Amino acid sequence: MTWLNQIIQGVLLGGYYALIACGLSFMFGVMRIINLAHGSLAILAAFAMFVLADRFGVQPLAGLVAVLPAMAVVGWVLQRGVLERSARGGQLVPVLSTFGLAVVVDNLLFQQFGADTRSLAPYAGSLAYDSWAITDDIYIGRLAALTFATSVLLLGALQLFLTRTALGRQIRATAEDPDTAGLVGVDARRANAIAAAIAMVTVGVAGGFLALRATFDPYAGGPQLIFAFEAAVIGGAGSLWGTLGGGIVLGVAQSLGAQVSPQGFLIAGHAVFLAVLFGRLFRGRFGLRPRAA
Amino acid sequence: MAVTDLQDGAILAASGIHKRFNALVVLDRVDFALKAGEAVGVVGPNGAGKTTFLSVLVGAHSPTAGTVRFRGIDVTAQPAAERCRLGIAKTHQVPRPFGGMTVFENVFTGAANGGRLRRDEAYDRATRSLSLCGMLTLANRRAETLGLLDRKRLELARALATDPAVLLLDEIGGGLTDGEAGELVSIVREFNHRGIAVVWIEHIVHVLLQVAGRLICMDAGRIIADGDPRAVMADRAVIDAYLGRGAG
Repeated sequence: MTWLNQIIQGVLLGGYYALIACGLSFMFGVMRIINLAHGSLAILAAFAMFVLADRFGVQPLAGLVAVLPAMAVVGWVLQRGVLERSARGGQLVPVLSTFGLAVVVDNLLFQQFGADTRSLAPYAGSLAYDSWAITDDIYIGRLAALTFATSVLLLGALQLFLTRTALGRQIRATAEDPDTAGLVGVDARRANAIAAAIAMVTVGVAGGFLALRATFDPYAGGPQLIFAFEAAVIGGAGSLWGTLGGGIVLGVAQSLGAQVSPQGFLIAGHAVFLAVLFGRLFRGRFGLRPRAA
Repeated sequence: MAVTDLQDGAILAASGIHKRFNALVVLDRVDFALKAGEAVGVVGPNGAGKTTFLSVLVGAHSPTAGTVRFRGIDVTAQPAAERCRLGIAKTHQVPRPFGGMTVFENVFTGAANGGRLRRDEAYDRATRSLSLCGMLTLANRRAETLGLLDRKRLELARALATDPAVLLLDEIGGGLTDGEAGELVSIVREFNHRGIAVVWIEHIVHVLLQVAGRLICMDAGRIIADGDPRAVMADRAVIDAYLGRGAG
């Protein structure tokens, strides 16, 4: 029963990982950019919600209504001001720029908020600790369930958006071939800026849920980037439903690892990530068709 | 004939086009005018600047100097996407479909963006474009699974869906057998009959001459001959450009 419980908790945790990986995977899939500031920007959103809750008494989930549009603007400016310009210098420059941006964001947050660890849980009322008892041994937290449901809805909505809407097709066309997209009348710069704005909205959602379920401080972005990266790679970078699967695999591995040994939490997650990575490499070596991104 | 006279009534006109990549001059003061509904073939040895010239016309490259006018409006500063919406379309030398999309989605994207159509109208336009290019039965295939001939047809269908007044074709017949090239010729001729002006680069001259009513020959970044196809092919400068001085 303990093991079953760990698996269930792992799946729910995977919902959070899918949420944080979603924006990273989306940006890689569309703009071919690995955004190393991904975790830091999630923490930025978390601090924004913290300020709204702490100074102005705004409920955390209501705070998202203000933070998400702001994150969309951040995404637009990031694409137009940083990524688009640095992309002219080759493939590596945008990655380095996002690394620089991460350093800037982390340290500005540190200067403003200090090293204190914060959480939104105290502002969220009973949502932070309520749970449903499934059996005597298995409890499902309301927040964990809400996180998982949000993740599935967000990924599903993004998938529908990309496949069914005109704007979604513009973004897919731009992702495949920006020059050709221009030749069929798609404004590739605009499509990329919109995609970056959408990615940052998902980062804002992930930052909000991170702040609700755990503690954070100005330098908490790095580990979140690693979890997002692992979930995205396990799921196949660029594939949205794969990202959900990758998040769940990572969550279950960590949760089972913790059951084996208290230190096993992170190690099990990293081990599965490496196993998947090597599996891909060897599959390539034996001449099997590698999966398209 | 003076350049200004030539460009009166032209749907697409380029004047004084100069294009340099660092020290390499690829286009050297090229003047060109295309009348509405005209079909112009472009020939010339490799490296003559033909592909670059089409890229400048469509907006994929901006010229170092010179202007491009479409329907009398200066579009030199407009990006390719904007020119496409105005009515200039181009196909690639090597087909570049959106591989992860279906054939229909490829063409639909052209109709919705380049053709600026709403959902139902874009659907109709995409269907008609596919039908004209003989691709309706392939509509739901993923584009990356297509063979070369079908990819070329898809390039044509996608360009047609943007509702162009001018279509620029870059070696659409290359790599095909005569029979296959013949199919494409009949599609292009049908486009032209519907009033679309065509500028077509092609090395396979006998294919080109089935459609083109006028031929230009480029060499070393200049237009060295322009006029009736037979006359251009017999031109001394053209023979020199292809075979070297003293041949023939």
